Amino acid sequence: MKDKPQAPDQPRRFRAIGEAYLYLAPFLLGLAIFTLYPVIRVFLMSFQSDYNYLNGTYAGWSLENYQNVLTDPKFTQAIRNTLLYVLAVVPISTILAVVIAWLLNRRLHGSAIFQTAYFKPMVTSITAVGLAWRLMYNQQYGILNYVLSVFGVSKIGWLTDPKWSLPALVIFGIWNILPFTIILLLSGLQNINELYYTAARVDGAKEGRIFRRITVPLLAPTIFLVCIVNTISSFKVFSELYPLFKGDPGPVYNLYTVVYYIRYMMMEKREYGYAAAAAVVLFLFIFVFTMIQLFVKKKLRNRS
Amino acid sequence: MKVRLEQLTKCFGNVTAVRDFTATLEDGELVCLLGPSGCGKSTILNMLSGILPVTQGNIYFDDVEVTRVPPDKRGVGLVFQNYALYPHMTVRQNICFPLEIQKVPKAERLRRAQEIAKLVHVDALMDRRPVELSGGQQQRVAIARALVKRPRLLLLDEPLSNLDARLRLEMREEIRRIQQQTGVTTIFVTHDQEEAMSISDRIILMREGVLQQNDLPQALYNEPANCFVADFLGNPPINRIEGVWRDGSFCLKDGSFSLKLTPDSPIENGRSVILSIRPESILAAQPQDAVFSCPVSRFYAMGKEEIAYLRFGSVEVRAFVPAELDLKEGDRLPVSLRGRGIFLFDAQTGGRLI
Ligand SMILES: Nc1ncnc2c1ncn2[C@@H]1O[C@H](COP(=O)(O)OP(=O)(O)OP(=O)(O)O)[C@@H](O)[C@H]1O
Ligand SMILES: [Mg+2]
Repeated sequence: MKDKPQAPDQPRRFRAIGEAYLYLAPFLLGLAIFTLYPVIRVFLMSFQSDYNYLNGTYAGWSLENYQNVLTDPKFTQAIRNTLLYVLAVVPISTILAVVIAWLLNRRLHGSAIFQTAYFKPMVTSITAVGLAWRLMYNQQYGILNYVLSVFGVSKIGWLTDPKWSLPALVIFGIWNILPFTIILLLSGLQNINELYYTAARVDGAKEGRIFRRITVPLLAPTIFLVCIVNTISSFKVFSELYPLFKGDPGPVYNLYTVVYYIRYMMMEKREYGYAAAAAVVLFLFIFVFTMIQLFVKKKLRNRS
Repeated sequence: MKVRLEQLTKCFGNVTAVRDFTATLEDGELVCLLGPSGCGKSTILNMLSGILPVTQGNIYFDDVEVTRVPPDKRGVGLVFQNYALYPHMTVRQNICFPLEIQKVPKAERLRRAQEIAKLVHVDALMDRRPVELSGGQQQRVAIARALVKRPRLLLLDEPLSNLDARLRLEMREEIRRIQQQTGVTTIFVTHDQEEAMSISDRIILMREGVLQQNDLPQALYNEPANCFVADFLGNPPINRIEGVWRDGSFCLKDGSFSLKLTPDSPIENGRSVILSIRPESILAAQPQDAVFSCPVSRFYAMGKEEIAYLRFGSVEVRAFVPAELDLKEGDRLPVSLRGRGIFLFDAQTGGRLI
């Protein structure tokens, strides 16, 4: 990449670029229609008051949607829940996934049973899985309370006690996100040359130190990737919530998340402008979080 | 430190990588482990460093058995073929890492790292990452990392194979210098005979996991124990002529060439043998001193000398001839043979007969 090839004569270059775009055209067209256009529409819609979905008319341009959404206690609750969810799910799932991927990579190399066990959730419908978790969370008969009772913990109303509904969602969310995270980390681990471990072992390093000083730093790029991907997907938490509480946002309507709120405004209240404004706010949150992560990543790389 | 390997054997499943390997290294020696690819050189180093368990046999460091001692208790420094420097650490951190494991206090760690970096001439590169170093610099850092814990035994696994020809020459001088300055017993693995000849106190030549000869470099060249050793060493390679033993002479099967030789013990008639003659042992002679004369078939120049292909009966052999002779193809060249560099081996076993 350092020494660029000589620029070919202009017409040929344009021809080459034109040809490349021609090949890309079907994909770009799809992207424009199904991604770019809706994004722009949502953005515009968020500034249009009294938008009518059927004939596309609106009263005028204003910040009214934002004012209403940001003062809606349901929305502030949704932001709070979503932030708590992200801040719990991302770090915990990442740490768990690193450890599990490491164990998988070391000792259970290619063990089919383990791989199936970990990757099962990924290929199973989240709604079906959510219903299974409903049963596991059941206060009277659920396996979770049964296991906890062995340790002397009294029965928890995971899905009925508002105090426990967010933790229930978080646990399910972590479990749900783990397999994909583990796969990414495993592929990262497999890219680390065995030789580094051997070298450290000759010098007498024990497993723990090898993990801390060699595996984790070399895996850092993948860990960051996983963090960013998981942050984005966790901000969009909805399909975990929906089956768990039979479509309600928590047992006492205490567990709105931003996407749930968007859907609620859209499908139930028919307030399209509010939904669009909420979506833009969510976008801003995700954007800021991702930027922070990229910034931290850069900082860490320069420092170490 | 003195190192003794006793009937060392290593099997991977049903592959025997090293078989019945017995050798002793004296304190402070630099010994080359030489052999073609896949002959078990790395396997021996890995057993010495303790990262590969031994199938059979024993290893002694200064008469203490260490066969089953874990790597960190052996005091061995290992330099890998492609260095294996930790890419996320700076040169300084790389060199310090073995000391960090030994829980050496930080100040001393840094001091020792600096000292060893000076020795291998990388002290100006301490804050760089491995990717920012040239091959030769990486190699020095790898040696520094192996030396910093003051190993009793230094193992170098083909440390020069990734370098270009010039740098190889330079670095092998460097390794020799560093080794002599530190006096650490060293095993240097290579499959390059010239490298082995130039750097080592002793060479152990092996083939398919079996030790062939353990000797001084010159002795290996001048007194090969078997046909493989004779074939392996020398550039251009030794002339290898297959034939039979008949009435005190080596004869080609078709009878077109024969050479009278005097074996120490009698050889029975009709035995299949291999006559090996080093190219430099065939000398262009004055007609009156010549043993025989033979036609020249072709030439090529090699540095200041010329290599001529001579016909010994129906076979072609290489010989060095002085360029001043101004030979042409088809000329007959009177030749004499040197006493040294002519060997006779048994064709079946490869064992030395003369
Ligand atoms: N982990 C292993 N499993 C099975 N066979 C092995 C293993 N390691 C080495 N071998 C075999 O043992 C033999 C010796 O291997 P080794 O790596 O010691 O060769 P080497 O002399 O170092 O070769 P090179 O010069 O190519 O590095 C080879 O035939 C190799 O295929
Ligand atoms: Mg090797």
